[in-house]
Amino acid sequence: MDKRVDNTMSVVEDLSDLDLRAKAVSGVAIRFTGDSGDGMQLTGSSFTEATAIYGNDLATFPDFPAEIRAPAGSTFGVSAFQIYFGSEDVTTAGDQVDVLVAMNPAALITNVKDLAVGGLIIVDSDAFTSRNLTRAGYKSNPLEDGSLDAYRLLAIDITKQVVEVVKPHGLSHKFAVRCKNMWTLGLTMWLFDRSRDAAINGLRAKFASKPEIAEANVDALNAGHTYGETAELPTGIEVYKIPPADVTPGLYRNTTGTEAMAYGLIAGGQLAELPIVFASYPITPASGLLHTLSNQKQFDVITFQAEDEIAAVCTAIGASFAGSLGVTSSSGPGISLKGEAISLACATELPLIVINTQRGGPSTGLPTKTEQSDLNQALFGRHADTTLPVISASTSSDCFDVAIEAVRIATQFRTPVLILSDGYLANASQPWRIPDFNDIEPFAVKFEVEAAGFSPANRDPETLARVWAKPGTKGLEHRIGGIERDFETGDISYDSDNHQKMTDIRKAKIDGIAKYIPAQDVVIGNDSGKLAVVGWGSTHGAIYQGVKRCRAEGLDVSHIHVRYLWPLPLNLGELLSRFDSLLVPEMNTGQFVEVIRSRFLIDAQRLNKVSGQPFKIREIEEAIKAQLESHK
Amino acid sequence: MNAPEQKLTLKDFASDQEVRWCPGCGDYAILKTIQKLLPELDTAKENTVFISGIGCSSRFPYYMNTYGFHTIHGRAPSVATGVKLANPELDVWVITGDGDGLSIGGNHMLHVLRRNVDLQILLFNNEIYGLTKGQYSPTSRIGTRSPSTPDGSVDMPLRPCTFAIGAGARFVARSIDTEAKHLSPVLKRAHEHVGASFVEIYQNCPVYNDGIFDYIKDKKTAAETRLVLEHGKPLTFGKDDEMGIRLNARELKLEIVNMDRDGVSIDDLLVHDETNKVLAQMLAELKSPEFPEPIGILYCNPANAYHTDFYDQRDAVRKKKGPGDLNALLRSGHTWTVS
Repeated sequence: MDKRVDNTMSVVEDLSDLDLRAKAVSGVAIRFTGDSGDGMQLTGSSFTEATAIYGNDLATFPDFPAEIRAPAGSTFGVSAFQIYFGSEDVTTAGDQVDVLVAMNPAALITNVKDLAVGGLIIVDSDAFTSRNLTRAGYKSNPLEDGSLDAYRLLAIDITKQVVEVVKPHGLSHKFAVRCKNMWTLGLTMWLFDRSRDAAINGLRAKFASKPEIAEANVDALNAGHTYGETAELPTGIEVYKIPPADVTPGLYRNTTGTEAMAYGLIAGGQLAELPIVFASYPITPASGLLHTLSNQKQFDVITFQAEDEIAAVCTAIGASFAGSLGVTSSSGPGISLKGEAISLACATELPLIVINTQRGGPSTGLPTKTEQSDLNQALFGRHADTTLPVISASTSSDCFDVAIEAVRIATQFRTPVLILSDGYLANASQPWRIPDFNDIEPFAVKFEVEAAGFSPANRDPETLARVWAKPGTKGLEHRIGGIERDFETGDISYDSDNHQKMTDIRKAKIDGIAKYIPAQDVVIGNDSGKLAVVGWGSTHGAIYQGVKRCRAEGLDVSHIHVRYLWPLPLNLGELLSRFDSLLVPEMNTGQFVEVIRSRFLIDAQRLNKVSGQPFKIREIEEAIKAQLESHK
Repeated sequence: MNAPEQKLTLKDFASDQEVRWCPGCGDYAILKTIQKLLPELDTAKENTVFISGIGCSSRFPYYMNTYGFHTIHGRAPSVATGVKLANPELDVWVITGDGDGLSIGGNHMLHVLRRNVDLQILLFNNEIYGLTKGQYSPTSRIGTRSPSTPDGSVDMPLRPCTFAIGAGARFVARSIDTEAKHLSPVLKRAHEHVGASFVEIYQNCPVYNDGIFDYIKDKKTAAETRLVLEHGKPLTFGKDDEMGIRLNARELKLEIVNMDRDGVSIDDLLVHDETNKVLAQMLAELKSPEFPEPIGILYCNPANAYHTDFYDQRDAVRKKKGPGDLNALLRSGHTWTVS
């Protein structure tokens, strides 16, 4: 057997190879699906934790409906959690699913299309009642009608198993049935040789005040595992070993983009030596950041849930005026509401951080699905000439570094900085080699305290940053505001030449930030050649794998991932011009590609997807091959 | 450091900017009253901040030699909330108008009052949009003819003090632009009050809504048209204080009585109690010409300011959790070592 080096190799091929007895598989994608009340997110995250502890590299993709508790058994109420794990570097949650756990017919019908041919389906047969089948849209029972013949099917009456196991705990039928997800988790843990310790400890901690519920769940978990060990399962379904990945040594944890962003903001505040005032208004999928920071009162971070998006950004601006760092956060529709106030912060040249966790749009759109369609809004979505720095996070853990960068730029240049994240990054978790905070270079803010020669219009001659003098400082009383200000005195001015000068200097300040950011590098591949795939944001993982696979086939392709979307790195145009052609994949209808085309007059090609789902590696791979073919 | 500070005067609080309101605007008088009052207050000039939104009144901060922020339309309460959250030591005044504070910014006004953020909120009510050239406002009386309502406005005006009390404000007062002797002590009380202090100031716009408050300002009619509120004093008015306000308990409403004619004495009148919210609500509803309009402090009933409870809660958490350690936070939860 060939040594399996490509993590695209799926368990399916091994499952179908009956002779192999699947000793080593390099990567597997499992998707847990069920009603939104079935506990699939908990099941997925417990499996993720066990997998991280086991030492596989991994990526997850939680995918849940906008409805909190949709009617049981409905297709629109299906909640899913996908994890891809392997023994090589993992950067996406996997193109195809190898193992699908479906707790009911609705979960099966909405997810089976993503299952690889030959893949394994685990279902709770008890849920396949005629009523549930009808509700899901099945004309006949797929467990019996042969429609799943292309897959391996493991239909177990999980409900019956669970009710039996938890009987000694005296739970009502309703509560007993709720342990189904843990039974299923136990079975999948057996299948992939995961340790149950962390999950058991987690259950006991989660239900500390209800020990009977905790123990019922633990018993269910163990029973699922035992079932795998002892039941006579169909041929070929047995324990699979996915060897630990060869990853950089160090201390690791799992992190979602939301957590990493929160910790990055706290870190940024400490590095700038500034308290942070985080003012926000609830909106999916951005609210997690408000929740996470609200639990960190021991740090110099205060959180404020405002009455609306506008109040949130204005509170943040007021805090910055008073000498803290104001931060506000939302998703696209909320950012629209904040637009006028962001321009005020541009006009008054106050630091401010605005985080956009993008979602599918327009309007309410797809609140729980991911998209990158707010780039134009970030770059251009305000009245007048209000250019501001825009930076994007490419992975969940990258949110930490991006948040620190945003704080550095906002405080050093006295400008709003817009961070683009998205729903996928916010919710997806990945292993993160924990940085040592003490290794990060501080950038302490210096407030003006000297009254002699003070004007609120004074600027740093190098950075062009406006002076920051906070209320409470004796002798520096001054006024700022939205009316155009005189270049010298900062007093209101309607002078036409002055407005030209002020507009020019505001632009020059932002453009000049390009001198203070790293040069654009190449993620993988050469810095010149036939084709560069140019991405930004959360498409990083899929582009990385796609380019890597094509390079393994000997194709001349490189991956360039742009973090600083405005101002662009000084060398970007020159770097891009060294490639014969460019491909720009985006989860929008083509926004960054237009920036590249207009900025550098390069005939960059687009690859766009707005299905609410991240790119698949295969889609990137195919586009690379097609473009290389057409440029022969 | 310990040397006594030199006593500041009105001039110290006036900025070097040329005041650009229309001649005869009521804002001039309010500006002078405040510039004169501030040196008497126990607040250092550098700790004084004026925040405004958009509109004629919102130009106010430019004329004060304190810290100031002229923000965007309707949002001054939110910016001021951020200032106060970031630094509770600052003494923050919000200057707004009827359009800024009750139309585009109505939501923020509601919430800043309910939260009881420690601010002095001065709402200059001229019942018109001045800076945008004369459109009717949410406080304009029915029938107001304006460029946008050439045949007269048809919608019911909002009563600012009623709104403020309804929103949960714990200090609500009303005064008049040109009457420094009344306005100054009201502002002083507003400043002393810890929490959100809401002061409606009747303000004349000589260009777009001239004379709308003449009924209450005109010395000849003032005694009949205004009800000057004093805590603990009976509600009397009239040239010789012969008129009074009595509670008609059977119909639960206020009524006017004439002590000379109606066979009632001063003991039959309502006594003003500024801590009584129900009374404050009833007073806020009194309007001319049926009733004299109350000026003075309608309601004052202090409670903890927002920042007090906010920081008490934070301090309690800090005491429990100890100081934040970022490296420890990053390493919290499940971690594993790859060697």
